[in-house]
Amino acid sequence: MTHTLKIVIGGHVDHGKSTLIGRLLHDTGSLPLGKAAKLEALSSKRGVPLEWSFVLDALQTERDQAITIDTTRVWFTWNDRRYAIIDTPGHREFVRNMLSGASEADAAVLVVDVLEGVSEQTKRHAQLLQMLGIGQLAVAVNKMDAAGYDRSRFEEVSCDVHALLSALELRPHSLIPISARNGENLLNRSENMPWYQGPTLLEALSDFKPVHAIADAPLRLRVQDVYRVGGSRVAVGRVESGSVARGDTVLLSPMNTKATVRSIERWNAPDGQPAAAGESIGITFNEPVFINRGDVVSHVDRAPFLDYAFRAICFWLDESPPELGEQVTVQFGPTTARAVIAAVDAVMDSATLQQLSSEHIPRYAVVQLRLRSPALLPLDEQQAMPASARMVILRGRDVVAGGIVSSVMTGNMPANIFHSDHLVSAAERERRNGHRGAVIWLTGLPGAGKSTLAMALESALFRRGAAVYVLDGDNVRAGLNSDLGFSIADRAENIRRIGEVAALFADAGLIVITAFISPMQRDRAIARQAAGGRFHEIYVRADLLTCEARDTKGLYKRARAGELSDFTGISAPYEAPDSPELTIDTGSSSVDRCVGELLEYVVAATGLEAHAPVPQR
Amino acid sequence: MAGALSYLDELEAQTVYILREAFACATPLCALWSVGKDSTALLWLMRKALLGHVPFPIIQLDTEMELPEVYEFRDRIAKEWDLDLRVELCPPESSVDQTLPPGARAAARKTEGLKHLLRRDGYRGVILGIRRDEQATRAKERIFSPRSFGGDWDVRHQPAEFWNHYATDVAEGMHLRIHPLLHWTEVDIWRYHLREGIPYVPLYLAKDGKRYRSLGEKNITVPIESNASTLEDIIAELEATREPERAGRLMDHEQEDAFERLRTSGYM
Repeated sequence: MTHTLKIVIGGHVDHGKSTLIGRLLHDTGSLPLGKAAKLEALSSKRGVPLEWSFVLDALQTERDQAITIDTTRVWFTWNDRRYAIIDTPGHREFVRNMLSGASEADAAVLVVDVLEGVSEQTKRHAQLLQMLGIGQLAVAVNKMDAAGYDRSRFEEVSCDVHALLSALELRPHSLIPISARNGENLLNRSENMPWYQGPTLLEALSDFKPVHAIADAPLRLRVQDVYRVGGSRVAVGRVESGSVARGDTVLLSPMNTKATVRSIERWNAPDGQPAAAGESIGITFNEPVFINRGDVVSHVDRAPFLDYAFRAICFWLDESPPELGEQVTVQFGPTTARAVIAAVDAVMDSATLQQLSSEHIPRYAVVQLRLRSPALLPLDEQQAMPASARMVILRGRDVVAGGIVSSVMTGNMPANIFHSDHLVSAAERERRNGHRGAVIWLTGLPGAGKSTLAMALESALFRRGAAVYVLDGDNVRAGLNSDLGFSIADRAENIRRIGEVAALFADAGLIVITAFISPMQRDRAIARQAAGGRFHEIYVRADLLTCEARDTKGLYKRARAGELSDFTGISAPYEAPDSPELTIDTGSSSVDRCVGELLEYVVAATGLEAHAPVPQR
Repeated sequence: MAGALSYLDELEAQTVYILREAFACATPLCALWSVGKDSTALLWLMRKALLGHVPFPIIQLDTEMELPEVYEFRDRIAKEWDLDLRVELCPPESSVDQTLPPGARAAARKTEGLKHLLRRDGYRGVILGIRRDEQATRAKERIFSPRSFGGDWDVRHQPAEFWNHYATDVAEGMHLRIHPLLHWTEVDIWRYHLREGIPYVPLYLAKDGKRYRSLGEKNITVPIESNASTLEDIIAELEATREPERAGRLMDHEQEDAFERLRTSGYM
């Protein structure tokens, strides 16, 4: 017995997918005895002509609604090969189910109604096939009987189909004019279309090959679990590609440690055999390695990338669209990690294949995302390692998207480069965060808008995936500086400590925004010294009249009344910066505009990857 | 096994992968064992997946109406394989939906027995040996199928299963039905039995021109005409037949929708 060829049937609703399958089963003699008679009886009881699609539409609800709800699987054997057909529903709401069927298929048949031509689901399904990497494809142009077997109509539709597929870089095996209802050009060549010389559908299917785990590719095994058997710790998992044998030196990612394979473990099987691609095995190691579910076993050469960030192309299933800064879970088989959606680079409507604005992302769109995980991830790119580049995205427990890793973002550090001179470098921190650390030091009169800007900036940066935090009077005075009062000396010490803490934050890779009046040149110079090149002085400028008119906290009023001594601007000096990195004029610009300017500066200064503009409120 | 995997190797590897996912993610876990050919092959695969010993309960939902050979086989294998076998007595027939046809009532009893078990012991995962080719509604199943404790199956809103990514995490009050044999067919199971030398209830082999193709309760299962007295014969017979597997199971032939009604209310 040979391997089964798994076929997915796609196409628009009512273009005849289920009918095609029912008829194929009948023609290849695969229907259970009595099924056709039973269906005829059923049909006549309902007073409708025999529908081949009833074979698959086994559920009561489906028969009532005449649409297929879920992936249904049927088998037939033809010329000594077994075929499994995954019937995929065409109705728009059921794309989720279709994906489940399609993602494991070896080959596809796209059914197109010759009368209606290329339709929404035709495009959507073609897009899916491309994303799922199903390259073996035949197109069945159906309902030729209803089109009077018209050759020119067939050629017209074929032309549209070719245009659609070539845009997706899909190369169909053949385009076949058929009548599923009458069984023409499925198994039996049609007498009504002598002009068609190409293969019948079954001839096309016999040319397709089952897709196996790839033996001559780099080894990848994702650890599913670690079992204790006797005294040994056995890492179990499936060889996704390549092979592994006793004595091999392997690399464990993301720990980046090497180990030697002591044994390949199987139950009730001969000992000592190397493990082949596709096999589920256990591995023990000579060294006492620390290994967990989700870790990847590879050889030292051609190891996966180790990175925090990657680009992915995903089919978005959920009603609510991906949001910048949103926390999700990414899953590569047993490898699971938290991640932030750092950017939505492109959105494509899978029905029209048109680029869309990222502001309105419809359900079932194809989205290009940038994802960033706080943990190092072993990653492979689709082009080189299609099987291990496959992933899903979860919100909580729900799968909201499925897709592939298109590229690893920084991609410069394959796992087999070892660092010995330092443990975590500034560059590594930068790579993980997607930006450099920085102190964004806002200075200005009371009421100039420092806090407002700081909070708005923090929020905007956070939503872009930045690691960002605001230091202001509220969070610093309450703890770190709770021993300080408001004397000249205490104020200087207050600013010095804030400068030092901000510098540490920046060194740790964060963008820290400070919002203090910090009126003295000298104090700000000390802060700049602490943070070195990471210090950015931002003068938040508004004239005294404007600030006093705003007087959000009522402090000017109290200072004028003499209740507050040494109040900057009234009874104490404010030394404006001589040469700030940036001046923001809050007296003459709107808050949004000021935040926009500031954001633009910080993005450039920290190297935060360019993203779509923040939607204006 | 260094070369390309045979088709049975691939089926096996996939099932082992699924079982290991279940064991890693669904705790507490149990498996149902009907003592038939499928779930016995599945038990064998569990031993493969877990490298010898199955450390979770193996449950037989018992209507006390199985054929005597079934009980005999059950007790022998449980002992030989050192299984944590737990026999769960199903509620009496009088307690189930009386509008169901008589054949379906045994299935309904098992459904009730399973619900009771899940409620009482709070399992998060239940492994079952159903196959997609057995019955049309089973073809709609996911490998990991989240259910309420009542077992209700929401066919319309099942989670997507991309490649080897399964819904392994379910909300409180829910459990997972795990179907590691979904992608196998009847003849695959027998070929695997033959290759691996897995024991089976002798009723599957023909005696006096009759054999059981599918084992159900003794009052509602009838043997088929057959001279297949070895596994090789069975395989040859199946390759030629167009009779459905469950032809001898009366419950499948009663009402157009009886099986589906059972399934949506939690039948295996």
